[in-house]
Amino acid sequence: MKHLLTPRAILLASALAIAPAAWAETPADTLVVAAAIDDIISLDPAQSFEFSGNDVNQNTYDRLVDFDPLDMEAGFKPSLAESWEVSEDGLSITFKMREGVTFHSGNPVRAEDAAWSLHRAVKLDKTPAFILTQFGFTADNVEEKITFDDTTLTLHMDKPYAPTFVLNCLTANIASVVDKETVMANAEGEDLGNTWLNTNEAGSGPFVLAGWRPNEAVQFTAYEDYYQGAPAMKRVVVRNVAESSAQRLLLEQGDIDAARNLSPTDVESIGAVEGVKIQDEPRGRILYMGLNQKDPVLSNPQVIEAMKHLVDYDGIANSFLKGTFVPHQSILPKGYLGALEDLPWTYDVAKAKALIDEAGMSGKTITTKVRDLREYVDVAQALQASMAEAGLTLEIQQMTGAQVLDAYRARDVPIFLGEWGPDYSDPNTNAATFAYNPDNSDEAQATGLLAWRNAYAVPEAMNEATVAATLEQDGDKRAQMYLDIQKQYQAEAPIVPLFQRVENTGLRENVQNWNSGGSVTSVMYRQVTKGE
Amino acid sequence: MGGTLLSLVLTMLGLLLITFIIGRVMPIDPVLKVVGDRASQAQYDAAYQAMGLDRPLYVQFARYLGDVLTGDFGRSISTGQLVVDDIKRVFPATFELATLGTLIGVLIGVPLGVIAAARRGGIIDQVARVVALVGYSMPIFWLGLMGLLVFYGILGWVGGPGRQGIIYDGMVPTVTGLILVDSLIAGDWGAFQDAFSHIILPASLLGYFSLAYISRMTRSFMLEQLSAEYITTARVKGLSERAVIWRHAFRNIRIPLITVIALSFGSLLEGSVLTEIIFSWPGLGQYITKALLSGDMNAVLGGTVVVGTCFVALNLFSDILYRVLDPRSK
Repeated sequence: MKHLLTPRAILLASALAIAPAAWAETPADTLVVAAAIDDIISLDPAQSFEFSGNDVNQNTYDRLVDFDPLDMEAGFKPSLAESWEVSEDGLSITFKMREGVTFHSGNPVRAEDAAWSLHRAVKLDKTPAFILTQFGFTADNVEEKITFDDTTLTLHMDKPYAPTFVLNCLTANIASVVDKETVMANAEGEDLGNTWLNTNEAGSGPFVLAGWRPNEAVQFTAYEDYYQGAPAMKRVVVRNVAESSAQRLLLEQGDIDAARNLSPTDVESIGAVEGVKIQDEPRGRILYMGLNQKDPVLSNPQVIEAMKHLVDYDGIANSFLKGTFVPHQSILPKGYLGALEDLPWTYDVAKAKALIDEAGMSGKTITTKVRDLREYVDVAQALQASMAEAGLTLEIQQMTGAQVLDAYRARDVPIFLGEWGPDYSDPNTNAATFAYNPDNSDEAQATGLLAWRNAYAVPEAMNEATVAATLEQDGDKRAQMYLDIQKQYQAEAPIVPLFQRVENTGLRENVQNWNSGGSVTSVMYRQVTKGE
Repeated sequence: MGGTLLSLVLTMLGLLLITFIIGRVMPIDPVLKVVGDRASQAQYDAAYQAMGLDRPLYVQFARYLGDVLTGDFGRSISTGQLVVDDIKRVFPATFELATLGTLIGVLIGVPLGVIAAARRGGIIDQVARVVALVGYSMPIFWLGLMGLLVFYGILGWVGGPGRQGIIYDGMVPTVTGLILVDSLIAGDWGAFQDAFSHIILPASLLGYFSLAYISRMTRSFMLEQLSAEYITTARVKGLSERAVIWRHAFRNIRIPLITVIALSFGSLLEGSVLTEIIFSWPGLGQYITKALLSGDMNAVLGGTVVVGTCFVALNLFSDILYRVLDPRSK
């Protein structure tokens, strides 16, 4: 009886326990990043519109103009275009192409490739296509509107748009320059290579895509012939790790160099760990509160005013959002041309209560839907508490992101709490969605506009100002126009910006020049180095 | 046998139909996943049509079945790739984990159950009961995180989240998709050790849960046998206790035990979702969950077919073993 299988079981258990130890330290020429990358659907720059897909494009493609990762403040700079000239009437811009640049395939980067890439994006008409088509390009006219010869490319626009507006849009993912020969060799039917580019890459950027396994990992190798010099990191691996605590463990153990989705709690506790640092970077996303104007309570101007005073901006930012958001009360994120940094609203329940009483709305109940993401639910509950003090009842239904989005696009969310990320690095990206809504009818189905989703009939003057700002040639005047729009917006709009996202990246101490893309673009790896 | 096969086909068909209907009535719009938050109505409509959602439900289902019969499971909208390719990639990860987990559960659970029954009320029986109780009541999420923290974070005995260390990632050519096997085929001992150090913790965790179930079932099967008359007879005949337990009682519980193990294996294949998420394990559980949350029905249905087939195959397998092992059926 004593010899029953127990000794063997013990032996097995101890064999399990002495499995080999984890590998400390990543190789010196390899950058290993843990991030939630399960949002990637497509790697085609004409289609990709998710954060992680854009991150991949950013590093594998070049654009006519790009940001310098070591000097983001400078804004767009020459890249595949060496220089450019705006015509006198402001209707066209001619780019002079840089010579001697090659794609990863070895093909030279020609003006033809750059023009074809833009034609292709317009013709495919995937979601991000509006970034280009807003300049008057359509599938039918784009070949006449975007022309090229051996060394130059010319954009012919339908209006004299502000050059900063056009150039900012050309830093967007969708303006990535793809290798025409390679893509067309892999095209299926009329798809202009879309199916192939969904999982492959044909760029000239600092990194070559070495592999993508969905929900698992993306791997890059350095492009040794990169025109700005080969990157220091010969290999970059981005591993999908969804859990913040797992990312933290990996970072502490030295198995990764960067952790991109640490929760506030993990950020706080990891700050004390030796060999690890936290880098804070303001990002472009804005957490806002949308008050649906179809709701009889929320469309009352006094209630709108009251709601702005029912958010405990500092309290929320300092408690559960700790470090991941900072109070921000205007529609343009800090870091954008003309961003307004005033914080006019204070947390003032007494004032809000007075306004609500005055409006005769005391005792009303609002039922809303909130995405079941901890941050949003926490904010909603804080709001619920302060609304209760001011005489309003907020009932919260938690739902998945997809469910809330469905309802929101159907104008069916009374108080929306969520984030909006800019689509490109120009102020128009947010102005055109928050402060522009030419037709507020249900039939308009302007589901892409935040103003429409909240049934906010934007005043005619503000609609016009938003359009006018895209045409202002003078950069300083243009910035002033956006400041004016934001001030007016703060005064009257029922959509209330609350916070701006801050990305806290956990890094090993030896990682230098990390850049998540600031408030305007995607992560960049080419300047990253690893010291001792 | 023919009757069994027919009922299997009907089972699968029913499973697909129910999953399909649940998918279609779920309040999630798959089109939005494809075109994203910012799409215009025209882009939305184009995608809606391209996905065939404008057709009546029965047409959609008939088309889907037709495609499946030709081996075409469609394209996943959450990965942009063919569902078949996705499953080829994620299934081996889950299979490897579940197999090792079951192995651990069987190797420890069966002897533990036998001893517990043989020494009813003794220390080992008490231990087995606590083990089973904890296995049932402890949230796997918490246990997994604690395991990672202790064995990876503090002690450094095992590898961290993921199937491989980064330096081995993609280094071993894929043959079976089972990294332990593939690294042996490639003769890469380092890669094998690395993969083993990564799988051992999640597999032990799953093994623990299957152990808790298997040992409890073994114990109750054994108790039933040990109280039977033939055991008393054997004892009276003067057989050693060891012979009584292993040669007589244990022999008679092999068959129901196989069903228990097969069931436990099946549930590890399907139910290791949380483990996969905690350990960043790129397997089927994670894949289906994510697909479900995005309304990605092609992926969900494809995953359902795989899990369903596994259950059916396991049932068939234990049926056949039944026939082989049970002398009465000969």
